[in-house]
Amino acid sequence: MATETSYDYDAIKGFAISSLFWGIVGLLVGILISIQLVYPQFNLTSWLTYGRLRPVHTNALIYGFTVPAAFSLFFFLVQRLGRTPLAFPGLAKFTLYLFNIAIVLAALSLFAGMSQSKEYSELEWPLDIGVVILWVLFSINIIGTIMKRKEEQMYVSLWYILATVVGVAVVYIGNNISIPVSLFKSYSAYAGANDANVQWWFGHNAVAFVFTTIPLAVFYYILPKSSGAPLYSHRLSIVGFWSLVFAYLWTGAHHLIYTPLPDWIQTVAIAFSIFLIAPSWASVINGYGTLGGQWQQMRSNYLVKFIILGITFYGLQTLQGPSQAVRAFSALIHYTDWVPGHVHMGTMGWVTMTLSAGFYYMLPRVYNTEIYSVKLANLHFWLVLVGQLIYSVTMWVTGIRQGAMWQAMDQDGSLVYSNFIQTLTPNYPFWNLRTLGGVIFFAGFLVFVYNIAQTIRRAPAAQRA
Amino acid sequence: MHIDKQPVTFMFLAVLAILVGTLITTFIPLFVGTVIPSTEKVIPYKPLEVEGRDIYIREGCNNCHSQTVRPLPFETARYGPPSTLEESAIDRPHLWGSKRTGPDLARVGRKYPAAWHYLHMKNPQSMYPQSNMPPYAWLADNRLDVSTTEKKMKVLGYPYAPDDIKGLAERTEMDALVAYLLRLGREVPQ
Repeated sequence: MATETSYDYDAIKGFAISSLFWGIVGLLVGILISIQLVYPQFNLTSWLTYGRLRPVHTNALIYGFTVPAAFSLFFFLVQRLGRTPLAFPGLAKFTLYLFNIAIVLAALSLFAGMSQSKEYSELEWPLDIGVVILWVLFSINIIGTIMKRKEEQMYVSLWYILATVVGVAVVYIGNNISIPVSLFKSYSAYAGANDANVQWWFGHNAVAFVFTTIPLAVFYYILPKSSGAPLYSHRLSIVGFWSLVFAYLWTGAHHLIYTPLPDWIQTVAIAFSIFLIAPSWASVINGYGTLGGQWQQMRSNYLVKFIILGITFYGLQTLQGPSQAVRAFSALIHYTDWVPGHVHMGTMGWVTMTLSAGFYYMLPRVYNTEIYSVKLANLHFWLVLVGQLIYSVTMWVTGIRQGAMWQAMDQDGSLVYSNFIQTLTPNYPFWNLRTLGGVIFFAGFLVFVYNIAQTIRRAPAAQRA
Repeated sequence: MHIDKQPVTFMFLAVLAILVGTLITTFIPLFVGTVIPSTEKVIPYKPLEVEGRDIYIREGCNNCHSQTVRPLPFETARYGPPSTLEESAIDRPHLWGSKRTGPDLARVGRKYPAAWHYLHMKNPQSMYPQSNMPPYAWLADNRLDVSTTEKKMKVLGYPYAPDDIKGLAERTEMDALVAYLLRLGREVPQ
């Protein structure tokens, strides 16, 4: 068995710290745009208007927080699961510097309004090329390390890592094909309904390969490791993996229900969305089964608490999502706040909790120390849980409320709330509560960052570099 | 077969699994079938409208406003006839949107005159005190950047006369945005 010292941890540390930094930035912008929705006077300058900041928020937390967290955790997992050091440590460090330069430029370009307008795909073409280069560099290290592994059989986490590597590449390149007009402006290669269809094929599979396969890779490693219990079912994980990566790509058009996109594409997407419950719950069942009979660990083991709550929110998310795809329900909640409520249960519940557990497990090991404070980790847990629940529940309530007001018609067929603003202003109290939820979540995140910072500070001097 | 011992085979199969749904629901519709409507009747964008549309994109208006009227009774009662494939057929990118913090704009060009838009963009709260829309008064102070207008028309493939572009440097970003908004819902003659 390889000794601890033979692994290469430098890039892991750098990506973890970058992730936490951009996480703070993304959450702060999130709180600001939440305030702006009720108090438009907080749209201070053109650079700080809601329309430009919302992409800053989403991009910062997808590409600034989640992606480098994955780089960090995946560089750890491929080394540990392959029992071999990183294939190209120098390249990994170069990737780290390039990544942070790209994120700074990305943020500045979005502030300046340089946007392709397609959601989560706003970055203009020069930055798209930068993202693709970064992804290739990252993939070379991941694949290279897996190729030279000393452990013949690839564990489940490595499957999800490989799926992430190829999946992100396919959907990101596919959606960003465009024709440049200048360095800062391009037009999509696709037009109209096709552009919408390609966009949501991308949009929903950004969810698949960033917000699903990344945390799943972490989940399948951390749960058995932290609980000391072996994985419940290897066979279930095989069936779950292949049906997940097969089915996800069919579902994008559930974002386009009742649009002019041809019905057959919508219907196929709805059917596959409902099918997706099965592979999603394969992982949930595997999680619960792994812990089976050891539920006392939910009290005694903070890592288990994070990971089991995370997979529980994944389970709820993957029931709620398919239900939203059904036409009758989509008619009520599409275009309302229900949808951000749904998204944030996934990101604030499932993704962040799972990645946090990954960091709590990994960072003390790579810094050769112990976690600074389990008490603070528990405080972090409760703050992000409460913050997320306030956020999601208020958005579901006001989403249904507004959807119902949009639908309300008199017997003679005229609208009860014919002026849009009548349906808008009742959102405000809920949106203020959402801000409160966001602030509580942010406080939890700061506790997390402080706990990690103190952990690093107390590490042996040689590890801190 | 032990594909979990062969990473290259494993990745190859994963890509295949990914490509099946991609081909059938996304790639094939690009070239065949009903997703490519006739663009014969669609009125191409004028240069000022193209610039206005790009300001709409720059300011991220699509983050709060959709442009798709659904074929549902309460929806058509509020916004007008349902959106068709035809009317967005030449749009690059599409601007259908996914969230209505403000109302849908697919038919807004039929609803208000230009003067209404100028006042509303400048200060939405002067018309709706409880509106949460950001004010965009500064658009009226910014001269339109026309350095790439001609190239945009060429890339987008919309017909134009050089005279259409000549006067644009005198116009403001607000003029362009309002011209774009006034067009919405008039893409296809009724």
